[in-house]
Amino acid sequence: MNATAGRLLILASLLVSTAGALVAFAAGRSRSAYGLKWAQRFAYLFAALMVGATAVMEYALVTHDFSVSYVAQVGSRSTPLWVTMASLWSSLEGSLLFWGCVLGLYVAVATWLTRNAYEEYMPDAIGVWLACAAFFSFLLAGPANPFVLVPAQLDGPGPNPLLQNHLLMVVHPPFLYLGYVGMTIPFGLACAALIKGKLGPSILKPLRESLMLPWVFLTFAIMLGGWWAYEVLGWGGYWAWDPVENASLLPWLTATAALHSIIVVERRRVLKGWTVTLILATFLLVILGTFMTRSGVFNSVHSFTQSPIGPTILAFLAALLVFSIGLLAMRIDRLEVEGNFESAVSREGMMLFNNLLLVVLTFTVLVGTVFPLVVEAIRGRQMSVGRPYFDTMVVPAAALLVFLIGVGPALPWGKTSWKQIRRAVLPPLIGAMVFLMAGFLFGARNPWTLLTIAFGGYAAQVTLWQMRSPFAQVQRSPRRIAAYLVHAGVVIVMIAIAISSTMRYTQEVHVVKGGTATVGAWTITLAGIEQRDEPNRSATVARFVVAKNGVTKTILEPRMNQYERMREPIGTPDVYSTIGGDFYLSVMNIDPAEQSAAVNVIITPLVGWIWGAVILMGLGGLMALVPAFRFAFAGAPRAAALTLARSDGV
Amino acid sequence: MNPTATFLMRRRSRLFILGAVVVAAIAFTVIAASGISQNLVYYWTPTDLLAAHGKAYGATIRLGGMVTPGSIRRTSGSSAVEFDVQDAAHSVHVRSRGAPPQMFREEIGVVVEGTMVSGGYFQSDRLMVSHNNQYRPPARGHPIDKKEMERLIRSTEGLKD
Repeated sequence: MNATAGRLLILASLLVSTAGALVAFAAGRSRSAYGLKWAQRFAYLFAALMVGATAVMEYALVTHDFSVSYVAQVGSRSTPLWVTMASLWSSLEGSLLFWGCVLGLYVAVATWLTRNAYEEYMPDAIGVWLACAAFFSFLLAGPANPFVLVPAQLDGPGPNPLLQNHLLMVVHPPFLYLGYVGMTIPFGLACAALIKGKLGPSILKPLRESLMLPWVFLTFAIMLGGWWAYEVLGWGGYWAWDPVENASLLPWLTATAALHSIIVVERRRVLKGWTVTLILATFLLVILGTFMTRSGVFNSVHSFTQSPIGPTILAFLAALLVFSIGLLAMRIDRLEVEGNFESAVSREGMMLFNNLLLVVLTFTVLVGTVFPLVVEAIRGRQMSVGRPYFDTMVVPAAALLVFLIGVGPALPWGKTSWKQIRRAVLPPLIGAMVFLMAGFLFGARNPWTLLTIAFGGYAAQVTLWQMRSPFAQVQRSPRRIAAYLVHAGVVIVMIAIAISSTMRYTQEVHVVKGGTATVGAWTITLAGIEQRDEPNRSATVARFVVAKNGVTKTILEPRMNQYERMREPIGTPDVYSTIGGDFYLSVMNIDPAEQSAAVNVIITPLVGWIWGAVILMGLGGLMALVPAFRFAFAGAPRAAALTLARSDGV
Repeated sequence: MNPTATFLMRRRSRLFILGAVVVAAIAFTVIAASGISQNLVYYWTPTDLLAAHGKAYGATIRLGGMVTPGSIRRTSGSSAVEFDVQDAAHSVHVRSRGAPPQMFREEIGVVVEGTMVSGGYFQSDRLMVSHNNQYRPPARGHPIDKKEMERLIRSTEGLKD
């Protein structure tokens, strides 16, 4: 029953999105307002069908309808309700259905917000959105059908235990999808601009905002992924340049570059073609990331087993690549250059420099990630690119980016005299010196760490000055304040990463019951080992009393979780977090017979600042959108005019 | 400024930018290529490792195989372990620093990361037992399937850092 209903909804959405895309492109060619209306109706209908199909799947999961193949694959009567509901995105087919649902919502909201405006661009934009929708509907109808009718069984295996093992693993994927899928919207708008051969001032606002929202989600998603790795995997780090992590970082880098270059387009009417290229690249990297994580080419934690879906996504990626390059080749010269680059030492110059650095970073990470695949495809040898490659390549560019966060906003737009430049650029050196000294006193000795801290100090002074300066010539718009909030977040994140990755201390200790071990100022005492039975798992828990300088601070309970259907237990660390840093215990093994445990003690300074500062970045991004939402509902054309008036006023 | 002069200036600056981009791209490619070649990690089985002879010394290797029954020796007073890792044809002696993970035992798939050292054994800094998300009883007495071994080597969870 559920399987049939779901199947029908998916087939209907395939039909609707394909028809809608054709109608939309036809309306784009004939400039028919009537055709556009129909394209919009198809877009809403696609969203309704996808949401319906997802609701059917959730219903099947919650009611344990094991005649639906996906439920038989991930469902279980013994898992808690929240795990059952989150099982939707715990495995391949369900996560693609969830993708379809998110895409439907994005397309519907974007269509609604733009329903009375941008008539020139919208038919083609809706066409591109619905064409992407048709591809995902096709995936769900064929290669990754979650609604196959199977002989019902009494109970299922439950979702991947790693999903059940921590709440963050439940939250991380939705954010990732909201980020990934959302990039479809700016992609459609950028394609429409290319098809029309025009990137006018009116389209910049929806372009910027539709890029900003998924950027915020992706920022959160990357942080949540790192946080999850830190809290669950037990090696005490948060980033390992794993292909799956890189897959989420790559589109983030190009989207960040595009968010900056759009501002240059707004202000100086240059970099139009470049901006459009970045947006196209972002979506291509999203699909590449989907391919890398969903096809099983890299067999890591997030990757799923081999399936026919890999080649299908690869074909889609190839088609997108050909389409994007073709479109750019045919139309990029039509995006007329109105303005001119007057000076390299200016705000726009620094933004261009920032863009180049971000693109270099993207290439570095992309090459390191894809290289092993290429070698294996050509020579059949299996290998991976080690972490030192990424560290040595990425650190200098990242440090320079922090410096640009300082220099860029300090410099004015356009051509300036050297005297003005000196006046803008020299004072923040005080901030750099202060931070450098503080870092040195904190114990930082690694040259790259110290450099990052100094650049961070420079950027911090500029950022604070720009946000609070009473001498500012103009009232700061909420968008500017929002941008500086994001910058402040980035500076904190970079300093926290530099310090936490170079000043980490690890020691392995073996403790018997009642015994203690000392690590630096800290002592841990093994209070006992106990067995706990929970509905979906049993756990062996080592209870440690943690004291610093003889004062008891907390009790940590690193554990081994044994899931019913799994052969091996999963170790789960426990963390005591303070403002200054984290004290982290990860069990290597627990011996209940001998009442002893071997644990890794990991002391990492400032690691908690990363999570906090990324939240600040995300909130800054949302703040940039809030007035935008107000304008959007008040009527888009007027809002665009207002934005223009404001940006031209400086 | 007259239009022709602007046009010429724009063309000159375009050429300049193009040249700069080409130089930067070449420099980047050279740096990236050398960075990659210095930091490769090989995924090998004991047979691959023995076939590589001298190349196995000093290179970073992830060696995957099954722990040979009866080969585990624990050093008293330290958490280090010694054992043999085998595939269908060959076996390699491994010395591993650090306490082994909970599920480490005989006849289980392991991946060790490290290198061959002059004593003729494999010195491992990191020992990982292959996680298998599906329940499957450990295969006993069966020769190891090459496919399965490749899957084990590549399941790199816990091998981060």
